[in-house]
Amino acid sequence: MKVVIIKYNAGNTKSVENALLRLQLQPIITDDADEIIRADKIIFPGVGHAQTTMRYLKERNLDVLIKSLKQPVLGICLGQQLMCAHSEEGDVDGLGIFPVNVKKFISNNNCDKIPQIGWNSLYNVQSPLFASIPENSFVYFVHSYYCELSEYTIAKCDYILPFSAALQKDNFYAVQFHPEKSADIGQQIISNFISL
Amino acid sequence: MLTKRIIPCLDIKNGETVKGVNFVDLRSAGDPVELAKQYVIQGADELVFLDITATVEARKTLVSLVEKVAAAINIPFTVGGGISTIQDVDALLNAGADKVSINSSAVRNPNLINEFSKQFGSQCIVVAIDTKMEDDWKVYVKGGREATPIYTKNWAREIQERGGGEILLTSMNNDGTKKGFALDITKWCAENVAIPIIASGGAGNKQHFADVFSLAHADAALAASVFHFGEIPIPELKKYLKANEINIRI
Repeated sequence: MKVVIIKYNAGNTKSVENALLRLQLQPIITDDADEIIRADKIIFPGVGHAQTTMRYLKERNLDVLIKSLKQPVLGICLGQQLMCAHSEEGDVDGLGIFPVNVKKFISNNNCDKIPQIGWNSLYNVQSPLFASIPENSFVYFVHSYYCELSEYTIAKCDYILPFSAALQKDNFYAVQFHPEKSADIGQQIISNFISL
Repeated sequence: MLTKRIIPCLDIKNGETVKGVNFVDLRSAGDPVELAKQYVIQGADELVFLDITATVEARKTLVSLVEKVAAAINIPFTVGGGISTIQDVDALLNAGADKVSINSSAVRNPNLINEFSKQFGSQCIVVAIDTKMEDDWKVYVKGGREATPIYTKNWAREIQERGGGEILLTSMNNDGTKKGFALDITKWCAENVAIPIIASGGAGNKQHFADVFSLAHADAALAASVFHFGEIPIPELKKYLKANEINIRI
């Protein structure tokens, strides 16, 4: 099993790498096109700013490459958002894999904080990505922007409003939360992805 | 629904966990990596590592410790202490930290908050405030050793406006006393600042945690010695909070 983590500027690839190491896998962290194409599974992680990251991807033609992949791809957090059509963060166009817009949470009061930071529960979970994950499982979120609900939504979460905690279209999977930081539940989700 | 977070804080000095009582008289409380693993098993929602000597002695937080912790645990953690450049933040995030916490350097140069949040995303920039009650709550720097003329309420708002992701608010009046969190300034910040507030300083019993969530509306509560020395076991605390109708992950 060859697992590649796509490397990009300011991305926290270490946590994802550690999660895979705990599953006895030896991931390759790279932005090299040939390595990415030859992988069995590809993880597109994310911590960072949408605009900065899209620029980095475009400079290396990774935007075109990621879209063309046929293997299972898992976008995480900013990775999910960049797989969408457009993000309000920096008013930037994403990869367009999911025809979904990424919007900023708008709080009506100071009690609904932005970013959402912490453990929130998933519901309406579907897809093999969530095999043996019970409804209302807690996973860890850190985000100010969210993906709208759509026909590609495979898990929902409520914060200020219902949003897509996870998306799937063909071989492309994406989660807004951080499975690599979501204790045993998260580890199971990563394991499910590897088993796809 | 988003749950309230329970965050053990591991104060680090020379690679070991310590806890200051009113920031002096440090006593050792063990190996940080082992403690971290224990806390994950107990159900801690997040961890914070503060290199408490870093600012004072101008040392950089130990990247190697961060790497060890990141390999050992699968919940988020924040690292703070002596962070003042983009390179510092980059090194810690790449070592596996999820967030960094800045304090004195942000007071000295508030533009750091803007720069860091632009580069890394505001969600991984925690700004810590050490505060002490004088004519009103004031900001202290350098591990609580140096007073500033800055009012905490103004600074908290400025942190939000500049793109800080969270505020870690430590009351120096309460820290180490075990008489409860500073409910008034925590509540003010929670109600007047639009980013999450982590309350810190003064936890002594389970009721104190319930109070800081339900009365002061903190988003998270941080403590050290009550957890390190097993005075409040986290599973027991979470059960208690849930029974008191506070949203909590169990």
